[in-house]
Amino acid sequence: MAKRSAPEVNAGSMADIAFLLLIFFLVTTTIEIDSGLNRKLPPIEETEPPIIKKRNIFQVTVNRYNQLLLESNGNEGREIKLKDLRKEAVAFLDNGGGTGEDACKRCKGKRNPSSSDNFDKAIISLQNDRFTSYETYIAVQNEIIAAYNELRNREFVIDYPNLNMSYVEAEKKYNDARTTREEKAFLKDKLEAIKLLIPQKFSEAEPRKSN
Amino acid sequence: MSKFKKKKGGDLPAISTASLPDIVFMLLFFFMVATVMRQNTLKIENRLPAADQVEKLAKRNLLMYIYAGKPSSAYKDMGTVARVQLNDKFADVSEIAAFIAAERASKREEEIPFLTTVLSVDKETNMGLVSDIKQELRKVNALKINYKTRQGDAIASLNQ
Repeated sequence: MAKRSAPEVNAGSMADIAFLLLIFFLVTTTIEIDSGLNRKLPPIEETEPPIIKKRNIFQVTVNRYNQLLLESNGNEGREIKLKDLRKEAVAFLDNGGGTGEDACKRCKGKRNPSSSDNFDKAIISLQNDRFTSYETYIAVQNEIIAAYNELRNREFVIDYPNLNMSYVEAEKKYNDARTTREEKAFLKDKLEAIKLLIPQKFSEAEPRKSN
Repeated sequence: MSKFKKKKGGDLPAISTASLPDIVFMLLFFFMVATVMRQNTLKIENRLPAADQVEKLAKRNLLMYIYAGKPSSAYKDMGTVARVQLNDKFADVSEIAAFIAAERASKREEEIPFLTTVLSVDKETNMGLVSDIKQELRKVNALKINYKTRQGDAIASLNQ
């Protein structure tokens, strides 16, 4: 038999095949960066709860119809809209009604004696029903975290004006893997100081059974 | 007869497409490397609620995922009540303790305090189920949790 030279394979369709694969990967994969609201659960302890003055509690109750009831500042309780929650929470935390030992130097609020004493004493309490929707719950949590962040941003900028960033930005930078170790050490004590100044005192009661 | 004979016609030479596959392959490899496949196949509906005070979750290997929501349309026979999904299968709330223990056992000892439980819960779930999950997590002392959300305005998306 005569030796035949192998015919050259046409590579023109290679691009088409590669495109097909490319489009497959483009469509099927999602670049997923998880983000969410970080919270800490209370440990199970059989200790007696400490006695807290009523004026230091900001009690938010969400019922099964996703309506919000707010008991604070000595009020018996009134229905509020979700969009007002952040403002109310900031006003409560920032009140600074304490006198003497409990005086709050950095609070800029109304100093209403029937509202919270200082940042450290103020407690936000959330109670929900078993039929509350998760979406509403997350929105309420989001607003409460936003209220804390608003105050922390303010105090952070007052304390460290030459850093040119807010508390939230500083924390984001601190958690970023690209930040160098020196920068992290530099930011850490500043963030800790603000966290100590305005602690997130947040309590969550177990949901009530509704009938 | 002149030396400078006009070239025949003015047509451009065809552009070589030989390097096109290389370019496309390059893109292909980029996407293959950069994207992460979902670890678990979801058997439940998982539309996340929106929030804007979010923190990013780094350290993928230190996360434990608990999914919850209504069974998706392919699993209609499981009913329409919201269920918990652990790994690849439906689970009962009481199985969470065992799941956390198994996850902890697969990690190095020094990593255990940094483990975070990510609650990926559908937005139409009732808080009852979420509270039960949280109660189970408290029992096994897995206290660091994260409510997985998507980035967005919480109140605006709630009113839709």
